[in-house]
Amino acid sequence: MRRSLLFIPANKPGMMQNADIFAADSIIFDLEDAVAFSEKDSARILLHNFLQTFKPNYEVIIRINQIDHINGLLDLEALVSDRIDAIMLPKARTASVKKLAELLASFEKARKLKKTIKIIPLLELAAAILETEAIACLPRVDGILLGAEDLTNDMETERTIIGEEIFYPRSKIAYAAKAYGIDAIDTPFTDVNDDQGLSQDAKKAKNLGMTAKAAIHPNQIRYINEVFSPSKDQIAWALKVLEATKTNLGVFSLDGKMIDKPIIERCQKIIEKAKKYRII
Amino acid sequence: MKIGLAGSIESSDCLITAEASNELDIKIESSVYEFFGKQIRKVILETLEELGIKTIRIHINDKGALDYTIRSRLISAIKRMES
Repeated sequence: MRRSLLFIPANKPGMMQNADIFAADSIIFDLEDAVAFSEKDSARILLHNFLQTFKPNYEVIIRINQIDHINGLLDLEALVSDRIDAIMLPKARTASVKKLAELLASFEKARKLKKTIKIIPLLELAAAILETEAIACLPRVDGILLGAEDLTNDMETERTIIGEEIFYPRSKIAYAAKAYGIDAIDTPFTDVNDDQGLSQDAKKAKNLGMTAKAAIHPNQIRYINEVFSPSKDQIAWALKVLEATKTNLGVFSLDGKMIDKPIIERCQKIIEKAKKYRII
Repeated sequence: MKIGLAGSIESSDCLITAEASNELDIKIESSVYEFFGKQIRKVILETLEELGIKTIRIHINDKGALDYTIRSRLISAIKRMES
């Protein structure tokens, strides 16, 4: 369960060292697009030593390079350890996610790791969107990130502030993620100076069923966390409903509204999230 | 002449040049040399020892890098020098 995931270039020690102060639920150390081809080797070494030095209080995700390229394999070779929680796979397809799962299993066994490293496929190709359900149900897949910039490139459509062009992939990912109990992570909002636009975009994604959003700047985290956290009113209402279930069985009425099983379950989820995010 | 370069002069980073040499020569430039010059040299010497390197010319332009960054950039510079 995540709300916010912040991309940090894996070749910027100043940002990496401060990752814990940004209040993101997860940090995605990016070895792919954020690192120039000529700097991949150096970034890999830096990230390895960073992770050996610090014990982060956030979820550690590494966006590796594509695994059909040598850099993707070198990323795994250098970085698979108990210090990481998940691998984000760019340009993911069903076959590449399966291949990554096999590689991770092999590294985990050889290195005697104590944990099972999760996979977050990044869907940014039209063909991948059509495979969303097949990808969502694979073992280790713990969330799916929509990559709207590359996807709209592939579709030859324009990215807009309204976001109509990504209505279908957002919906498809949200439904598949819900069906398989994993996170539906929305694409980053690329205008880092438009806080209002970010909030509106995040609310739109949430209304479609997305459960989290990636960020490309630390300033975006508070807006994303706000949208994807339960509000004070929701928490108060949920607590009131759950309190009332102690003295009411089955369907009952509270403040003139019918309370039944789906509403009670929704309240339980609200409180679970509020506790996880330390809002209550 | 084999030279390897790694890092940057951004804050919290360092730029390291490694050059093949018959002697050990370490030059340190740092905005915090007065306070951390000895520690920077120590990290460089320890890393060279781990790599089994006894002679090399190293130049570091430090911008407040922590030990792990100095170590990483040094390893990268040496690997690039050797490749």
